[in-house]
This record gives sequence, structure tokens and C-alpha cells, in this order.
Amino acid sequence: MNTSVKLAGVTFKNPVTTASGTFGSGIEYSEYFDLSRLGAVTTKGVSNVAWAGNPTPRVAETYGGMLNAIGLQNPGMNVFINRDIPFLRKYDTKIIVNVVGKTTEDYCEVVERLADCDVDLLEINISCPNVKEGGIAFGQDPKCVEAITAQLKKRAKQPIIMKLSPNVTDITEMARAAEAAGADALSLINTLTGMKIDINRRAFLLANKTGGLSGPAIKPIAVRMVYQVANAVQIPIIGMGGIMNAEDALEFIMAGASMVAVGTANFINPNATATVIEGIEEYMKNHNIPDINELIGCVK
Amino acid sequence: MASADKKRVLITENTEIAQGVFSMWIDAGNMAQSAKPGQFVSLFCNDKSYLLPRPISICEVDRDNLRLRLVYRVVGNGTKEFSKLIKNNTVEVMGPLGNGFTLEEGKKAILIGGGIGIPPMLELSKQLNCEKHIVLGYRDITFLNKEFETYGKVYVATEDGSVGTKGNVLNAILANSLTADIIYACGPTPMLSGIKEFALKNGVKAQLSLEERMACGIGACLGCVCKTKETDHHSNVNNKRICKDGPVFYASEVEL
Repeated sequence: MNTSVKLAGVTFKNPVTTASGTFGSGIEYSEYFDLSRLGAVTTKGVSNVAWAGNPTPRVAETYGGMLNAIGLQNPGMNVFINRDIPFLRKYDTKIIVNVVGKTTEDYCEVVERLADCDVDLLEINISCPNVKEGGIAFGQDPKCVEAITAQLKKRAKQPIIMKLSPNVTDITEMARAAEAAGADALSLINTLTGMKIDINRRAFLLANKTGGLSGPAIKPIAVRMVYQVANAVQIPIIGMGGIMNAEDALEFIMAGASMVAVGTANFINPNATATVIEGIEEYMKNHNIPDINELIGCVK
Repeated sequence: MASADKKRVLITENTEIAQGVFSMWIDAGNMAQSAKPGQFVSLFCNDKSYLLPRPISICEVDRDNLRLRLVYRVVGNGTKEFSKLIKNNTVEVMGPLGNGFTLEEGKKAILIGGGIGIPPMLELSKQLNCEKHIVLGYRDITFLNKEFETYGKVYVATEDGSVGTKGNVLNAILANSLTADIIYACGPTPMLSGIKEFALKNGVKAQLSLEERMACGIGACLGCVCKTKETDHHSNVNNKRICKDGPVFYASEVEL
């Protein structure tokens, strides 16, 4: 039985990674399961300097989902490179570094610094809804997507994955723009912008007023978008959005994702990713599927 | 591997001890062996539409029978579900999480609890071996205060003045001219902020247990941070994680 997949020239032992921002750099989760089980670890967004993030409350639960407005808090690329890359390299898994910035120059600085680092792929976050500058501002206009993709592609030594926002009229436009500028792969979807009001306090639940909605509530939207994008571009897709178990992951794969990322589920069960991997293997065994690649985009 | 376990456990008791406040005992197995005062557990809803675990402080540890006591207030759909569970039902729990209080033995202590910050002070008052004044603040209806009397002198403050000193815990401390070498406190942020100021003014050390909305409870999501005076070595900014680095901090470490 083969569970390995190839994406942007890199071979992964299985198609399961973590959704950026839900897994840190894996340090906390390594207490709960062997990170070598994963196809890849996708890290929390890394910026050129340390970011403090948003005020609290930063998280709120909604029915079947949750809102977050962390604001991309991260220790900056120097700490990440010196502490987190050596940590992750102890494990037999690929490293996908999520990159964030406020300006094109910020993104370029991180990508250039990572060029000589021992990491496998870069995922460019042009879709965070929770920071005022950068993030999503780059991801809602096809011209901006194309421009930043081209800039980063020139500088990157590793393959680049553009992470797309669902907060657009037509996600396939952004996908085509990224592909045209040379993106090696796409990740989708980031969170959907949402809001929750505390009717007793007559106030917003989140200090940031709005936050990104994730969890099972968004899964049907994410599967639909993966399907649409898979039919619009040739480059491979990492699918994500509300994956709680193997059945969810298989929906994304059948819709056209070569890999899947588990996000919010990590908060509910630290072993969620391992459970998804085991579930996929079990499905393949039960349905007599020798190669996972047979399932990618099998629903037309 | 992990210091915390996630598992489904048996509820041996779940009773309402005051209006909207429930006391639950769970068969916690090895969680009860390692649990320390000031630590918390994540409690999961059986209705999986309520995704996130609820962080609930540990009120008592019964090592002999491997049980934990959780005292919680019904504030939303999750805690409402917990309140409906009965003896022999089960609940998913992960823990113990966070770092508890550091027991500073032999020092004269004031233990302060406000509202649903009162429960963790019970196990602390049990384990602390020193002269103890216990100050408990309520809006109106009191709970657990009788149980504290075994472990030290108890002072109550109520906002409406129906029991004890009228006002908050600081009013009760001043009214009774309480002094100490160390303060341990858990409660709402405005209360902790007042205690921090009081401790600073009187040159007393204080350990404060903070609360914040959490998602993962294990330090990964960065949902529940608090501001710190110094740059934190993990975050490289002035933020510490309440769930993982706390929930107990020295007053001098945090900005409230």
C-alpha cells in the first residue's frame, strides 16, 4: 500500500500535514505523538522580526467552529531558524515554513533568509484576515497575487506554495494568477472572516472584533473551493478547512487535493493528525486501494 | 510521553452547591496522582458541535481514591451540558495542564479567591503548611466558604454586603488589617490587578492565577496570552501563554 505523494518535486511519506498556526513548530505536540508520523509539519507563520499579535480575547467558539484573531504572533525568523528548524529536523518529516509579512519587502526578506536553511518548502500566507497590513491585502486581487508570487519565486530556493483566502468573489482567479507567476503549489483555504457578539455584554467577543472562522462549519465551502481550483489550474493543491477525521481528509483528496492539512482539530485532540493518517490507511485497506494517488481528484 | 492525558472518565458526583455553581468529582486515574493546586483540566463537551475544551480549575485532589474535584459555574452551553451530567455518566478530560502555585512553606500567607476563582484555592489551602488567612469574594451567593474553615481563618466579602465585609476582597483585607509575606490569588483580572497593586505597595510577593479564553490549552495556539514585563524567551515578545507558562505567575512578571 502506497501512501506517499509527490508535490512540487518533494516526496512526502503520506499526504497529511498541519495547518499553519494550529501547530506552532510542533514542540508542544511532540509531547503527545511522534512527529515523524506526519507527511510534513507546516509551521506557524514566520516574519522578519518578532510580532506581538493582537490583544485578547483572541479566540471564541462558534457552533461547529471557532473564530481566531491571534494576529500572527511569532518570535521572528532568527529565533525560528536557530531554535525551531533544528528541533523539527530531529524528526523524519518534511518541513513547510509558512511565511508572513506586512510588505513585499518583508516577505522577500524572510524568503531570502530561508533560502540557505534546511527546510523543504515555503508556504506564503497572503490570506490572513487578522492583521491590518499585509496578509490578506495581497490575496484579494489577482494582480497583487501575481506580483508577490513572481517576486518571491525569483528569490526562493525552495518550492513555494501560495496560501489562498476564501474571502474573495472567485478563488480560481487568485489560483490562476499564482500559477501564472510560477507558484509551485497552492494551499486552500485560509479562514473565513467572521464575527461574534456577546449579547449580554453587548460587545464583540474578540478584541479584534472580527476573526477567522475555522473548524467543521467551513468544510463544505473548503471542499467546493478545492474542487473548483483543481479544475482551474495544473499545479498541486494542499486542501484544508475543518478536517476532523480521515473521512473529511478523503473528501478533500477526492476533490483534487494532493495533500491535506489538519488545523482546528489539533486543538481538540493533540493526536488528531495521527488519527487522520491511520484512518486513511484503514480506508485504503478496506477499499483495496494500493496507491493513494488513485484517489486524488477521482471525483470529477 | 506527555505530562497530560486525554481520556474519557467516570463522573462519581455532580451536584449544584450554590445557584449555578456545580461540584463534580471524576475518577481521574493517574491525572489525580500528578495534579497540583493551581493546575487545570480541559473538559470536552459530548455535543461535538461545541468544539473547544473548557478549562476548569482543579478544586481538590483525592490521591487515595484517584479522584479530582472540579467546581465550575454555568456560564454557557458547554458548562450547561456539564451541569446536566449525572453520576456514572462519562466526560472527556485532558490534564492536568499548566503549572500550579509554587508552595512557599513557612511563610505567612493570604489566600484570595474571587468568584469562580475560589475553587483552586481549596486544594492550595489544604496543601500549604503555614499560617493562613483565606479571603473569599462573592457577588452575593457564597459557596465553598465553610469547607475552607478547616484549613485557616476565613474572611468573606460580598458586593451586596449580605455576608462578611461589603465590597471586594481588598476591602475585606483592609477591614481585618491582614498582613502576609506571600499572597496567592485567583479571580477575575480587575481583582488580580488590584491585588498586584496592593502587593507592590506593601512589599509582599504575590502569585496570581490568570484566566483567559483558550483554545488548545497546551501552548500551541497562542490564544490565551498575557502581557509580560520582560521579553519572554519562548515568544520573543512580551507575551506569555497562560495555559502553558501559567496560569500562575508572580505579580512582578505580568502586566494586568
